[in-house]
Amino acid sequence: MAKREGTPTFPEGNREEPSELLRELVAHLRQNRTQLREEWVVRITETRLLTAMTKEEIFAEATSVYDSYVEALETEAFEALQAYARNLSERIIPRGVETHEVVGIVLLLRDVLARSLFAKYQTDFKKLNRILDAYEPAANRIANTVAVGFVQERERVIRQQQEAIRELSTPVLQVRERLLILPIIGVIDPQRARQLTEQLLRGIRTNRAKVVVIDITGVAAMDLTVANNLVQTVEASRLLGATVIVTGLSPEIAQTLVTIGVDLGKMNTVGDLQGGIEQAERLLGYKVEKLAEPR
Amino acid sequence: MEVPILKQGAVLIATFQAALSDADLNHLRMGLVQQVVKFRSRAVIVDVTAMDVMDSFASRTLREIAHMIRLRGAETVIVGIQPEVAFAMVQLGLTLEGVATALDLEEGLAYLNEKFKTAN
Repeated sequence: MAKREGTPTFPEGNREEPSELLRELVAHLRQNRTQLREEWVVRITETRLLTAMTKEEIFAEATSVYDSYVEALETEAFEALQAYARNLSERIIPRGVETHEVVGIVLLLRDVLARSLFAKYQTDFKKLNRILDAYEPAANRIANTVAVGFVQERERVIRQQQEAIRELSTPVLQVRERLLILPIIGVIDPQRARQLTEQLLRGIRTNRAKVVVIDITGVAAMDLTVANNLVQTVEASRLLGATVIVTGLSPEIAQTLVTIGVDLGKMNTVGDLQGGIEQAERLLGYKVEKLAEPR
Repeated sequence: MEVPILKQGAVLIATFQAALSDADLNHLRMGLVQQVVKFRSRAVIVDVTAMDVMDSFASRTLREIAHMIRLRGAETVIVGIQPEVAFAMVQLGLTLEGVATALDLEEGLAYLNEKFKTAN
């Protein structure tokens, strides 16, 4: 190793560049891969992490994590590592693996590798310090990156599920040709109200509906914003050539609407869903006749 | 920009393009009424399927067109308002009140047929 000009020489030998130290430590981690990985898996099992996975699964994932870890140390390509972490999370979250387990195993790996460095450089304390100076920031960054990647993936899944729940809870149903029913149940917040309107308008266009019955029997309470949104839904539906009948207004909601001065002239309301459907059928030119008694 | 106006029996069909300037809209207002007079049309269908935005000027012009045409004894139907446009319009309070609307050209013609049938 060549001395740099003007750099004082230390009695214990020449100073290495940080990148050389990293290379040395990566080489050591690669050489002892099998043994260190085995040690890590043992520690994982001892600490009772990843209990949702079988021993074979743990070993397979451990191999890929170990290799990615060492590669991240070598290349310092943390974006690639984050992508890997999200990918790994996508695989293991459905298996019921928790955040503390993922963070836990990464920290265990960091410890196992650190211990092996202590063992290797125990005779040269100053060199050990320099090696750790190179190792520790990188190892911490790795632990951080993997944890963040895992959490981001969990958040993405949660958002996806919330979206699915929202869509499920506002189905737009065709009960006759040109007749749609939108049964609303539960709490409507402004975001859900908006989503409802968009879904309904798309449904009107897709099904070529001429009448829509919006049933709010299942809605407990309504505030000004949501009441206005309902009026807007009625008006927007008209622009697409559909008539809206609102059914199931509870006495409380009726009171609310009158109190806040919603222009009820703009709304076509009927007492209950049955009445609403009957009126819709009349508007569409249907006549329903009973031909026989139920069997 | 010229807006094509087609004649289908007693009905005139005007198909709006995507980006109509205020000048285009003004021009159209006069032009449509003149055509209604010339052909003695009973109705006008304005097809706005291609419009992906509808501002307050366009909305007001459509209402004015409908009113002017009604003074000539003819009916106006606006068809083809897209869901996203309808949503944006009502949020701005542009409801095209007093003007008949239908989902598309087919529905617009069906509506007019019904109306003429019951009128005759």
